[in-house]
Amino acid sequence: MHRFANPARFLRLSALLLPWTAGATVILLIAGLYLSLFGSPPDYQQGDTVRIMYIHVPAAWMSLFVYTNMAIAAAAGLVWKHPLADLFAKAAAPIGAGFTLICLVTGSLWGAPMWGTWWVWDARLTSVLILFFLYLGYMALVNAFDDPQRGARAGDVLLLVGIVNVPIIKFSVDWWNTLHQPASVVRMGGPTIDSSMLIPLLVMAVGFTTYFITVVILRLRAELAQRKIQTLRFSVAGDGATG
Amino acid sequence: MTRKKRRLYMLGLALLGLGAATALTLTAFQDNIVFFYSPSQLQTQQVGDRNFRLGGLVEQGSVRKLTDGVTTEFRVTDTAHTIDVRYRGQLPDLFREGQGVVAEGKLTGGVFVAREVLAKHDETYMPPEVSEALKQAGVYKNPAEGKTAANTNAPPAATKKE
Amino acid sequence: MTEFFAMGGYAAFVWPAYGLAALVLIGLLAVSLKGLREAEATVRALEGVRTPRRRARAAHSHTTHSHTDSPHTAPSSAPGLPGKASEG
Repeated sequence: MHRFANPARFLRLSALLLPWTAGATVILLIAGLYLSLFGSPPDYQQGDTVRIMYIHVPAAWMSLFVYTNMAIAAAAGLVWKHPLADLFAKAAAPIGAGFTLICLVTGSLWGAPMWGTWWVWDARLTSVLILFFLYLGYMALVNAFDDPQRGARAGDVLLLVGIVNVPIIKFSVDWWNTLHQPASVVRMGGPTIDSSMLIPLLVMAVGFTTYFITVVILRLRAELAQRKIQTLRFSVAGDGATG
Repeated sequence: MTRKKRRLYMLGLALLGLGAATALTLTAFQDNIVFFYSPSQLQTQQVGDRNFRLGGLVEQGSVRKLTDGVTTEFRVTDTAHTIDVRYRGQLPDLFREGQGVVAEGKLTGGVFVAREVLAKHDETYMPPEVSEALKQAGVYKNPAEGKTAANTNAPPAATKKE
Repeated sequence: MTEFFAMGGYAAFVWPAYGLAALVLIGLLAVSLKGLREAEATVRALEGVRTPRRRARAAHSHTTHSHTDSPHTAPSSAPGLPGKASEG
């Protein structure tokens, strides 16, 4: 495991990976947008508003996927002291928050015409809003410490405490009565979405995933450069003192 | 090795404790997390005079527009029990017979007078043509219609499911 | 075409949803790229200060490969085995 946590190795591997993930993101999102807007039928009940699903559902999946990855990185940071783990969580947080925001706003835009309301305090909507605040809280907390090491530790603890929210979001629609409907794709007994609508949904979801990988690599490289700046500043100051 | 192992065990125990505490809390507040009551739950639940939400399916053939043009009457069912609902105002686009609905209001003399009516859709998505084809083949039944099989208004042929 | 933009009467809900998603995703990408470029420029500037002038040119080509690969230079540097170069 430590091999992959080596910053120099990460920089080399990510440089090789980046053009492929960036290219895949462009192709998948163009194909996904075409399928979502032109290449798929309106729903038998919801008409063209079903097209909001192709943004809303992948964004919701990503909000959970990114958070889960950040929590795993937090555990690795606390237990094994991986040098890259904390930087990964810090780099991924704004992307996860962005996906959660997209999920919340598109859900609102979908709920207004179909449900007849922009927002309700049911278990699903409330738990996703809590996830959004967990992302914001993590970002604020990590930056609130002068010592980045201590900020990362505090952030790791928050991420691990917040992980209980992930299964709550996923199963909220099964455990309690909610206005939000139950799962359509990841459920016992297979998807309840016609394949003409499932395909655009999955293409968009894979596109969002490659987007995340691309941007998180960019942000991780920036975090590593920032760390290098700190050591360079330190050594420049040291050179100045001795010379 | 031992220090890493110990940190790992500590983390595992902390997460286990956190999960258990959360599960207990959520179970304790079960009634507050529930967004609405079904007609069957209302048979046992004491609601009294306060506002609450009623959820279920709009019974087939029960929707009636009153002559004033703004008041709608319909019945909400969960197949076991049914409640009469009266609502004055604009209905959401997805409001239709056989579909899910959540209404907020209070019981007044056996009738649920709603202040707000929200539509609740199910997890099925398909193009209109597929829905038509499945209905014709008799393979697919609108899940909402299927659940109202107890409803006497539904023709017997339409209650066959899967 | 107007029918397509009308989205069955739901244009006011469908298009803002796509617009917001595009805004957030493109904005996040732009901010991340800008941050990376600025950080790498600072690294180069600081390395220039630290290394004595006569060694600067050699040191420059030595370090740029491992730390300043932007997504645009990455494909062109890939055949040149950047890993080997930075380790050498």
